[in-house]
Amino acid sequence: MTTATVAHDDHAHHGPPSGIKRWLFSTNHKDIGTMYLVFALIMLFLGGASAMVIRAELFMPGLQLVQPDLYNNLLTNHALIMIFGAVMPAAAGLANWMIPLMIGAPDMALPRMNNLSFWILPAAALMLILSFIVPFFPGGGSQINTGWTLYPPLSLQVGMSMDFLIFALHLLGISSVLASINIIVTIFNMRAPGLRMMQLPIFVWAWLVTAFLLVLVVPVLAAGITMLLFDRHFGTSFFIAAGGGDPVLFQHIFWFFGHPEVYILILPSLGVLASILPTFSRKPLFGHHSLIGAMIAIAALGMIVWAHHQYTVGMSLAAVQYFMLMTILISIPVGLIIFNYMMTMWRGAMTFETPMLFTVAIILMFSFGGLTGVMLAVVPADMQYHDSMFVVAHFHYVLLPGAVWGLFAGVFYWLPKWTGHMYDERLAKTFFWVHVVSFNITFFPQHFLGLAGMPRRIADYNIMFTEFNMISSVGAFFFGLSHLLFLYIIIKTVRGGEKAKARAWEHAEGLEWEVDSPPAHHTWTTPPKIKTA
Amino acid sequence: MERQPDARRHPHGRIVLWLGALVIGMFGFGFALVPLYELYCQVAGIPTVDQQRALNVQAAAGTGEVAEDRWVTVRFDTTVHPSLPWAVESQERSMRVQPGEMHEVIFVASNRSSRAVTGQAVPTVIPWRANDFFNKTECFCFQKQTLEGGERREMPLRFVVSPALPDEVTYVTLSYNIMRLDDTVAKVTE
Repeated sequence: MTTATVAHDDHAHHGPPSGIKRWLFSTNHKDIGTMYLVFALIMLFLGGASAMVIRAELFMPGLQLVQPDLYNNLLTNHALIMIFGAVMPAAAGLANWMIPLMIGAPDMALPRMNNLSFWILPAAALMLILSFIVPFFPGGGSQINTGWTLYPPLSLQVGMSMDFLIFALHLLGISSVLASINIIVTIFNMRAPGLRMMQLPIFVWAWLVTAFLLVLVVPVLAAGITMLLFDRHFGTSFFIAAGGGDPVLFQHIFWFFGHPEVYILILPSLGVLASILPTFSRKPLFGHHSLIGAMIAIAALGMIVWAHHQYTVGMSLAAVQYFMLMTILISIPVGLIIFNYMMTMWRGAMTFETPMLFTVAIILMFSFGGLTGVMLAVVPADMQYHDSMFVVAHFHYVLLPGAVWGLFAGVFYWLPKWTGHMYDERLAKTFFWVHVVSFNITFFPQHFLGLAGMPRRIADYNIMFTEFNMISSVGAFFFGLSHLLFLYIIIKTVRGGEKAKARAWEHAEGLEWEVDSPPAHHTWTTPPKIKTA
Repeated sequence: MERQPDARRHPHGRIVLWLGALVIGMFGFGFALVPLYELYCQVAGIPTVDQQRALNVQAAAGTGEVAEDRWVTVRFDTTVHPSLPWAVESQERSMRVQPGEMHEVIFVASNRSSRAVTGQAVPTVIPWRANDFFNKTECFCFQKQTLEGGERREMPLRFVVSPALPDEVTYVTLSYNIMRLDDTVAKVTE
């Protein structure tokens, strides 16, 4: 591991400009990171609100609250806001805050582009929200009832709100591609002298791999939705069967982006765990190099398995066999990461502060989601599970622990660094338990529902599914409410609390703990000296 | 500032340029998937609609003798897209046929609106491996059909099931998706 001799002194000869200008024109990685995180938190509550309506509708069979079109509009909106509005910006927020601190850089390599890539987001979010709202106005056309996958021919028949959505996705894509380019250049060029690539913390590596994935696949999504736009307005027939096109082609293009996107969501969070585990296990991270290799392997394999999302479209046997085997192969590098993390804890002097609690829960729950993923990868089994609630349970078990909890853990871990205050450990532990238990109450029954045959994306269901749906909905309401506690803890920590030391956690390692808590507006203007062990 | 430039590292601009080129390349790759997908279908033996048509004609020409000892049930199914104000039904729901024999079935289409509307039928044969052995010698799906307002038309389909049909196939379903051809789509298909 790398250690640094303390080599910083706060010559904050100019602080940030005051008022709104500080945020609007900011080129400071810390301020932009904060804005990303705040934006993601707002989106988390928006996306969560739509999920609450979905679960309220599913509390009982029949249609109570919302009509099927609105229901499908809500779940489209829920997915897109959570993926593009909450998880990706939150991960980008962590990257902005932590990567320069971790590699001893004074800022991101391209600070003005950093500003641009953040400020595209609110505009994109506005378009995304408009795509949800527009159908409620006279002449607004039909609602987006396609789900986040936007499959034609249905997406060709949706009204103008689909155009809002397509442009929102274009903007979100531009934002994340710019952010990724910035991160790659920063990691390649801005490391403190003597800090070699293989010495970089796993979080930095995770983001490097993620950024490359984003650069590779987001443009493909942009191409796909551009073709959709052309089909809708300019008389082309990329996806119109009557004009010689093929709707299945869109599914291939979409999932060529969509499957790597899953790893884009998960890898940064898995990287966060690699920072947390050694701190609270009081042992160095197990298998630093193999973790880097595993992440690269996941990214590479993740790009060539997309069609396992569409086993049922009628591919040839050879094709589904290939996609099945490749998909199952991914469980090897993922398993390697899990085992490395377990070996880090093995015989460590562990304590269970909130970030560590989340980490342990992630290793448990994410593995569980991974196992149902292997079930879904098996073609004959998937023919049964396809488009059922089992799939919904599976990807929530992967994405909540794998992506969201990792971000929560990172926020709790680095909050003392950002704010200079320790958070309220008792409240945070309460949040953890309510959150994790209600998560399981919400999503575990959905496995049974799916296996019993309840389809996803439908507002109504057979009365035989009532009990499990009621349990799931009750769990979901507690789950949703628990986030208010999370918000309260953050606000409380920002406003005050026990003073945090520079090294906020007893055994925390890494350059980010060499600067003050909170860090000065500009850090590492003199690069740290790297000693190699 | 005070930072020592590290001689081993590249200028920012060059990396940004490389990554930018990668982004544009991947955007192009998205579009390249259209011909690549067609190529993949060729390699994997999944025929496009046009190739299927050619195959049909080709295979139909070669039919000779009738397989006397074999019976196959052919079922007909029609789905009319909601945007097309037509009703289309086959006069017979299913037929028992002998491979090699020519059969005719009439589909009746009626335009329930008062205006002339153009539609196009897109056939699908299930199971898929029966596709190559189901030969349509005459089909209303070969051309677009225009029905005047309120018009009712009998449209014939003539077909031969090839004797080369794999033995285990005893049922074949011919399913038509009938879609509206508005002006933009009609231009593309011409």
